[in-house]
Amino acid sequence: MLRIKNINTYYGKVHALKNVSIHVNVGEIVALIGANGAGKTTVLNSISGITPPREGEAIFKGVNILGLPTDQIVKMGISQIPEGRQIFAPLTVSTNLELGAYHRYSRKNKSSLKKDIEDVFSFFPILRERRNQIAGTLSGGEQQMLAIGRALMSKPSLLLLDEPSMGLAPMISKDIFRMISRLKDELKTTILIVEQNAKAALQLADRGYVIETGKIIMEESSKGLLNNKEVQRAYLGKEKKEIWE
Amino acid sequence: MPLYSQIIQYVLSGITIGSVYAIIALGFNIIYNSTSIINFAQGEFVMLGGLTMIFFTVMLKFPLVIGFPLTVLVLTLIGIIMERFTISPIKKPTVVTLIIVTIAVSILFKGVAMLVWGKDTHFLPPFSGEKGIAFMGASLNPQYIWVVGITVVVVVLLSIFFKYTIIGKAMTACAVNRTAASLMGINVKRMVLLSFALSAAIGGIAGIIIAPITLMAYDNGAMLGLKGFGAAVLGGLGNFYGAIFAGLLLGVMESLGAGLIHSGYKDAIALLVLLLVLFIKPSGIFGVTEVSGFKKF
Ligand SMILES: Nc1ncnc2c1ncn2[C@@H]1O[C@H](COP(=O)(O)OP(=O)(O)O)[C@@H](O)[C@H]1O
Ligand SMILES: [Mg+2]
Repeated sequence: MLRIKNINTYYGKVHALKNVSIHVNVGEIVALIGANGAGKTTVLNSISGITPPREGEAIFKGVNILGLPTDQIVKMGISQIPEGRQIFAPLTVSTNLELGAYHRYSRKNKSSLKKDIEDVFSFFPILRERRNQIAGTLSGGEQQMLAIGRALMSKPSLLLLDEPSMGLAPMISKDIFRMISRLKDELKTTILIVEQNAKAALQLADRGYVIETGKIIMEESSKGLLNNKEVQRAYLGKEKKEIWE
Repeated sequence: MPLYSQIIQYVLSGITIGSVYAIIALGFNIIYNSTSIINFAQGEFVMLGGLTMIFFTVMLKFPLVIGFPLTVLVLTLIGIIMERFTISPIKKPTVVTLIIVTIAVSILFKGVAMLVWGKDTHFLPPFSGEKGIAFMGASLNPQYIWVVGITVVVVVLLSIFFKYTIIGKAMTACAVNRTAASLMGINVKRMVLLSFALSAAIGGIAGIIIAPITLMAYDNGAMLGLKGFGAAVLGGLGNFYGAIFAGLLLGVMESLGAGLIHSGYKDAIALLVLLLVLFIKPSGIFGVTEVSGFKKF
């Protein structure tokens, strides 16, 4: 579905991504794990065109999307849930969801959009209760649900998820991960998820990549990564835990 | 005329001129929200609106009902052309370069207006005669009713646009968070274009309705723009209802000050208010301090 090859992305002179190659197959959940500042967000932003790579290749459904503006990439079926959620805080929950379907909006399919909003509400019932509330007044977990729901409104074939558990209490972030796995089971969404919480992400994913200072250093099945000594030491905090226990 | 009738007279004319400041302030806000810049050509839209209306209805003798929409259309095109040829081609836009561009454009507009209309002050007849209507001992100029009425219509239409249409919501989304808006599939550059078209159109309307009261010349844009900017700042940059309230307040203060103290202070009052706000509470009366700084482009 998506194949990026040898991508190089810069912030001015800072070389943030060095020859990064990643692919995501249809129906798969792929996790990209790495420490803070490793370049995870930059990978997603390079795919969605927010920080266009200077070199490389990005093929989505057979089309080269490199260099396309973000709004066109979204129209092709890639939807990104940005780091820190970035919901439209002064607007209502319903309006946020409507905007998620912006590029599908037309007079003709108004009723189908209504139905899609209903679908999001049945997936996240709490959002139905809060539909007329200003989005900025939602709790962190609810805002994350709204961000996911908003992204689903564009009917994406590929969902890019950036640190959904960031800043959430452990209980809440567990809930969010449960919902993401429901997304996979019920909606068969293809997902590329980026996480610092490597364990949760790998438990969810089929495959994983490890990124370190802008370079992909490992690619394996989730199981393989979960059992990998180095990954355990660097990202899963296994040893530390064992000493504690 | 007894003092209280005089005061009513001043308040009425203050509300009228204040309505125009409010519309101009809304024009500033629309562009500020989509680009974070102050469009210094906003006042020139008002001037061009007045003079274009005079061209259509006085020189070509078109009826008002044709001249009005035609003028708004011309101004919309001017806004689009301005954005397409001066704002959008800038490769790496920063707030400062964009603001300098709008200043350059304002000088250009003024120059062109001087070539087309000359240096004379032009007159636009009031929409429905000049015979005053008696109102609480004061005389109400019928044009005042037109100005306030059309302002109300503009405000209502704009609120409907921003609250209930998907394009309006998308423009608001761009104002809140440009990156997130583009992730919704919103073409942010097109929203910027739209904001210039819209601002120019309502700036033009302000010029059309005020011209019969203040007359219009090629160099009136700067002062009108400054008053509108004062209202926008006073109401909190980007704040829709703040701009309307502040515009009216500014108009009434100016009118009372000019009438009761000295007419020479008319412009000084608005500028004084602007300076005081900038010094004391730059976020405006309704603003939150943290949003007072310029948003990053
Ligand atoms: N806007 C920016 N300007 C300059 N450098 C940036 C910017 N955003 C990220 N970086 C740098 O790029 C690297 C990767 O950042 P990021 O992709 O955000 O990492 P992660 O998401 O893995 O925490 C970091 O070293 C960061 O400092
Ligand atoms: Mg990140």
